[in-house]
Parts: sequence; structure tokens; C-alpha cells
Amino acid sequence: MLRRIVTGLAACLALSACGQSEKAGDAKPSGVQLTGAGATFPAPLYAKWAEAQKADTGLTLNYQAIGSGGGIKQIKARTVDFGASDKPLKPEELDADGLAQFPAVIGGVVPVVNLPGVQAGQLKLTGPLLADIYLGKVRKWNDPALAAANAGVTLPNLPITVVHRSDGSGTSFLFTSYLTAVAPQWAKVGASDAVAWPAGQGGKGNDGVAGYVKQTPGAIGYVEYAFAHVNGMTTASLRNAAGTFVAPNAETFAAAAASADWTKAPGFYLVLIDQPGANAWPITGATFILLHKSQADAAKGRAVLSFYDWAYAKGDAAADELAYVPLPAALKAQVRASWSAVVGPDGKPVFTPAAR
Amino acid sequence: MTAAADTPPAVPAAPRARSAEGAGFDRVFEVLCFGAATFLLLALGGIVVSLVIGGWPAFARFGPGFFTSAEWDPVQEIFGASGAIAGTLISSALALLFALPLSFGIAIFLVELCPPVLRRPIGTAVELLAGIPSIVYGMWGLFVFAPWFARRVQMPIMMSAEPGSLWETITAGVPNGAGILTASIILAIMILPFIAATMRELLLTIPPQVRESAYGLGSTTFEVIRKVSLPYIRTGAIGAVMLGLGRALGETMAVTFIIGNAHGFPTSIFASGSTIASTIANEFAEAPPGLHSASLIALGLVLFIITFTVLALARLLIGRQANL
Repeated sequence: MLRRIVTGLAACLALSACGQSEKAGDAKPSGVQLTGAGATFPAPLYAKWAEAQKADTGLTLNYQAIGSGGGIKQIKARTVDFGASDKPLKPEELDADGLAQFPAVIGGVVPVVNLPGVQAGQLKLTGPLLADIYLGKVRKWNDPALAAANAGVTLPNLPITVVHRSDGSGTSFLFTSYLTAVAPQWAKVGASDAVAWPAGQGGKGNDGVAGYVKQTPGAIGYVEYAFAHVNGMTTASLRNAAGTFVAPNAETFAAAAASADWTKAPGFYLVLIDQPGANAWPITGATFILLHKSQADAAKGRAVLSFYDWAYAKGDAAADELAYVPLPAALKAQVRASWSAVVGPDGKPVFTPAAR
Repeated sequence: MTAAADTPPAVPAAPRARSAEGAGFDRVFEVLCFGAATFLLLALGGIVVSLVIGGWPAFARFGPGFFTSAEWDPVQEIFGASGAIAGTLISSALALLFALPLSFGIAIFLVELCPPVLRRPIGTAVELLAGIPSIVYGMWGLFVFAPWFARRVQMPIMMSAEPGSLWETITAGVPNGAGILTASIILAIMILPFIAATMRELLLTIPPQVRESAYGLGSTTFEVIRKVSLPYIRTGAIGAVMLGLGRALGETMAVTFIIGNAHGFPTSIFASGSTIASTIANEFAEAPPGLHSASLIALGLVLFIITFTVLALARLLIGRQANL
């Protein structure tokens, strides 16, 4: 009993202290403990945002990077305040469980190679070529089909070693979705977090794939853009829907996000594969946040939304630093507008973003 | 209770009360011990039941084909476990094959031949090997051992093969050192300390008189070890080997890093493969509820059965040895 009173007093003190230090207005979710679980890809960024926000607003986030599938399971079971997934849920799946979904940040998948004498961006690939390589049809780097796409680059007479992810992963989902979209011959394999790979070796996680690629001359793999960037891996250029060869970088990812039409995507269900922009990177995807539309505890729901409101407003620099791509401003506004669908027990929206 | 009943009536009341109290506690103690033992049985039963229930959709859907098919296609939802089962059995058997002679050598050296100065450092080193977390073995295997193995062993062998020959087919593979053979070698290093340490303890239990008598009869060291020491510890040695095999069968992290993670049957000595444990570790976190999850749980049950069979065989062998 005594402990309860003491805790209560401490909470009151903390609240009043925060109240004094902040401007009057929206109720800040100070001292609230949030738990989230899901995708591993954005985990470093969420950790950085959480650290900055704890210092800024006192909100504590405990994010468990257990994988997208796990995140979806946990939010459906209501064991966490929000779930995170690299693979968006379809609108009907969202409705079935009463979930709201919105993108948090953009990333992409890039092909990485280990080719003696070939620099980053020198190797040019098209979707069908990449599919043929991953199907095991193109087996040598000096194959005429590869040579035709790479006039001026000397490709060695090396066997191609295909490396893919062995674990179920949003990265594989994006990569196989891209191959399905651009290469009819890939249809027999299909698109998913884990597929029956017709060729090659599987590495566990981005580091497993990177390890195999680095150790095997003639290897090709695919990793998250942030991972390839931070580790300085040799990336290949891809031909996009507009027919131009683009290199993976922040601009081409942003171009893909900007050229997408999010207004026609209910529940923000959109995979940014093969977008039409002239400068768009073809294997781009957002990572998503899932939360229940009806919140039993309004304070928790408010805290989740205010966390991402803060991240949208002040988190872009941190995202850039870690080689993630922030959402375009127009999309952020759309997401904020969608938050009115998240309501508390009283049926009112739990969070109203401040006018900007 | 019987003690209280046997007490003659002439004895004063106080000791009787005390003995009744003690007997009552005995009962409680019995129940507690019984509870502890049955709790373990219940937990074991619970695990089996939940594995069967969780894996049932896969067994029902694929029938015996689940054990014979090597196709593993999460997109079409076709799952067959034979590739993973083969990978598990092959990698564990190879690991045992590599580890057994080495650990015998270590144990015999430590007990019979080692100069006393070296006995402690080598013994401690063997025990320390057992304490290294498996993820560290995995990382070391992937980043240090596999590249070395590829450069010094795999590539020379692959390059020596005549194009089109049978030898080329047998040695085909990705030249980066990741595959079932490398995984088996790493596994062997991992189970080595378990077998060696147990073996050493067993050798130390041999009464000195037994060995000394053998030496007294004029036996050489080799004869003493072969004809006296090893037969003396045979039963325990089988237990030690099974302990190592059990660890190799279930080892997950190190194998996942190094085995190459390709579903299907291995076709050459350098082929990539997968084990039951590595498949579960790779796919369980992201598997959607339904047939994929059920198949992974069914794989878990298969691993359980394999491990159980190995232990049961070990018991049987030990029982037979004890009767001799």
C-alpha cells in the first residue's frame, strides 16, 4: 500500500515536472512505457529515435526486433503496443483484426557483387537478367547476355555464385516481389519472405549474405541498402521502369517513394516495386507500423502516435545518418491525417497532430 | 507410519508424538520428491503433445510424403523434411567420426602419458572449449575457418578434378567453404570437449591396481590401454559419445551460419545443406500461421524423435554391455 502511494506520488511529481518544462497544449505522453516488436531492418533507427525522444519528451520505448512475422503475431495478440513489419498487411487483413497501418521510413534492397576489377555502380543489371541469374540459368559472368548489358566493362570468366537469405525476411520479400513483377520466368518461384530458391546458398541475415559475398569471388547477393552502404559493399545498378540505369542511393529511393501514388492505397498497402519515376530505384519499400484502431488505453495509443509524429518531425537527420530514407512530406501529411481512425474507449481520436 | 504402529504401548507419550510428527514430514517429503519427478515427466509429455498438435496439419496434409519429399517451397506451401533430416544425420555422423578419435587421443594422453606439468593446462583448455557459446563458433566458422578451408582445401581439390569426371561431380560446390562438410568439422570441434572431458573422468575411475597389474605382467602402454583401460570404461564411453551426438543433432546457431542453408538433398561432399534445427531457426520467426508454421513444428517433433531414438539406442547398448 505504502509502495503504491509512493509510486503514485512519484508519478504525480514527474508529470507536474514535465508539465512545467513543456509548453501547454497537447498532452505529452511523458513517463509512458511503450513496447513494440517486429521488423529487424528498422530496429537501429527506432532505437536511435527512442533514445533521442527519451531525452526530449521522457517517452520510453522498448522495441524488440523479433522479425516482421513475429511483430504481426504479437500485435494481433495485443501483447505489444505496436507491431512493425517490412511487409504491409493487405487492407482486408487489417480490417479483420481492426488494425491501422502506416509507413515509418523507407529502405530498399540492393544487389551486391564480388567481382574482381569491377567497381560499385559499374555493373548494370536488368530485372530479367537478375531473375535468370537467380534461377541458375545465367551461370558465368562473361555470359553474352550480361556482356550485352555491360558494354565497356570487362566481366571475368568466373562462375556466378548466387547468395540469398536463408531466414524468412522482408528483404527477401521485396527482392522476390521485384523479380516477380519484372520477370515472367520468376513466376514459378513466386514472392514471399522465404521461397524455394532454385539456385545458390543461403546466408543468415544481412551479415550472413554479406559474409558469403565477400568471401566468394564471383558472388552476387542482395542486402538492405543501409547495410550495403554502411559496409561499403560493391553495388550494382538496375534498370528501372523508365528504362534508365540507376544506382542505389538516397535520391533514387526518395524518387521511388515520391512517384508512388499513396492516395489510392487504402491502409497504405503499397510495395514500392518498379515505380515509374525516371530516377526511381526499382526495389524500394517502406517499413510499416501496425496498431489497433480501438485502443483500450488511450494514453498508450497516444504515445505510439506521438512517437512517430516526433519521428516524422525531428527524426529525419537520424534516418539520413543511418542511411534510411525519410518519407516525403506529402506522405507524412497523409499518414498524420489517417491517425484520426485510431480511437480510445470514448470513441474519440487518441491523438491529434499539432498543426504544422 | 509403521514405526508408530510398532511402538509398544508402555512408552511415554512424548516420544510417540515426536515420531508421528517425523513420519508425517516423511510423507510430505515423499510427495514433494514424487511431485518433482512427475513434473518433469509432465513437462516432457506436454512438449510432445504440443509438438504433435502443432505439427498435425503438416502430417495430415502431406502424410508419409513429409518424410520422403525433399521439396521445401513456402510459396506453394509444399513441405518435405527429408533434406533437413538427411542434413542433420549426415552432419552429426561426420562430426562424431571426426571428434571420436581426437577425443580418445586427448583423454588417453591426459590420463596415461601426459607429463604432470602439462596435465592441468591441457585439461583446462579442453574444458574451456566446452564453454564457448555456439554463436561464437558460428562466426568463427563463417569468417575465419570457411575462407581458410576454401582456399587451402576445397579449391585445390576442385581444381584438381578432371572436367566431366565423376570426381568433379563429387567435389562440386560453391568455392567459399560453406557447406555440410565444414559444418561437420565445426560441430566436431564443438562436441570434442564434451566427449574428451567425460572420457578423461572415466579413465580416472579405473583403479590403479588394475592398470599396475597389467604393467606388472609386462604389457606395453598400448596394450594396457587397448586391453584393460578401454574395456573397463566401455559402457560409460558409449554414454559420453551419445552425449556428444545429442549435442551435434540439436546444434543450431553455429550450423546455421556455416551450412549454406540450401533445402534439398546434398549431392556432393562440398554441397550446401540444411539441418532440422537450422531450418527452424531460419524460418520460424517469419513463418505465417498455417502450413508453414505447422511444418516447422512437425520438423521439431522429428528432431525430438531422432534424439530420443539415439538416447534409447544408447541405453540399450549400455544395458547389453552391463550384462556381459
